[in-house]
Amino acid sequence: MSKEWPLWEVFIRGQHGLSHRHVGSLHAPDAEMAIKNARDVYTRRNEGVSIWVVEAVHIAASSPEEKGPLYEPSNSKVYRHPTFFDIPEDVGHM
Amino acid sequence: MYAQLVKTAGTGVKTRAEMSDEERNFQDRIDRDEKIEPKDWMPDDYRATLIRQIGQHAHSEIVGQLPEGNWITRAPTLERKAILLAKVQDEAGHGLYLYCAAETLGVTRDELTEELLSGRMKYSSIFNYPTLNWADIGAVGWLVDGAAIMNQVPLQRTSYGPYSRAMIRICKEESFHQRQGYDIMMKMAQGTDAQRKMAQNALNRFWYPSLMMFGPSDKDSVHSAQSLAWKIKIDTNDELRQKFVDQTVPQAKYLGLTIPDEHLKWNEERGAHDFSEPDWSEFFNVIKGKGPCNIDRMKDRVAAWEDGAWVRDGLLAHARKKSAARTAAE
Repeated sequence: MSKEWPLWEVFIRGQHGLSHRHVGSLHAPDAEMAIKNARDVYTRRNEGVSIWVVEAVHIAASSPEEKGPLYEPSNSKVYRHPTFFDIPEDVGHM
Repeated sequence: MYAQLVKTAGTGVKTRAEMSDEERNFQDRIDRDEKIEPKDWMPDDYRATLIRQIGQHAHSEIVGQLPEGNWITRAPTLERKAILLAKVQDEAGHGLYLYCAAETLGVTRDELTEELLSGRMKYSSIFNYPTLNWADIGAVGWLVDGAAIMNQVPLQRTSYGPYSRAMIRICKEESFHQRQGYDIMMKMAQGTDAQRKMAQNALNRFWYPSLMMFGPSDKDSVHSAQSLAWKIKIDTNDELRQKFVDQTVPQAKYLGLTIPDEHLKWNEERGAHDFSEPDWSEFFNVIKGKGPCNIDRMKDRVAAWEDGAWVRDGLLAHARKKSAARTAAE
């Protein structure tokens, strides 16, 4: 069995009310140590109020080759944007 | 409002002297506009009330697909069909964001679904009205989504983080909904006599049910005071209803349509419109299940859940088989 520590992805909530955002990764033997290390590496300048860590192997990602089939269909659906509809100024903000 | 008559758990607002240290600390955080996050300490009643409110809100998004779904197959043009399909698809997404926010409070998706299907949890009264002509789809976007936005914009500042973030995302998408509705209304109102009549007819039927969306007057309610103190609710029902009327009057005027209220008039002194209250006995009847479409809506939701069982089971069995195969290969 490999003695290499697993890779963890680190997510930090920068301020109250915001979502956690991915800031980077680090190696640690377990979740507890990963949070401690993340605290030391990623919040030294008071960057966060909350930390999430998740083992990188547990992240499923879409593949770059599928970019076309995944996202192109929404290009033709311009009506999903509110600006598609012309609303006269007289009726106020909508 | 997509969440109406949400009963606030607890016994009303406590004075600071009555609060425990934990409760005082919690209230201070809310007063400082700090967001409460899933792992933070929170009073049981705050948790219970939020589950009710977010759950009802989510159910409303899901049931709200039905009246509009009614017109997907018979929209007048292919473009209108694609637009309506996109809107109904958004509603499903909004339900999903909200169910996920509720799940962070310790309730499961299946539990919430079960509460809806058994009738123990409600959805907004507005979705128990039928969509009878194409202009109704315009009226739903313009008035129903307009009223929903009125309620949801302030909720972006609600105290519970996951709920607030869901509302921010929803509001961003909701603007398209109201504008597409008004766009349909403009086409109908500027069309033939028959089309204009349909537009006026839709406004006549949807006006008062839209006013009911904000719920009955809550100025005397202790429950409402607690939800306001917790910033689960930001404005009173009456404040939101007034804003909605003031916003909608010039929009109706532009369309050349008449709001079906002979007492509607501008009050110079208040700087707002006076208007007639909806028939609240009708509202309570609809909430109790006696609206025009309550039975159909529940029948459709129950059928969707039961008819979809084999898909859920099948996908789960497939995932388990794949996982077992992977384990065996390792």
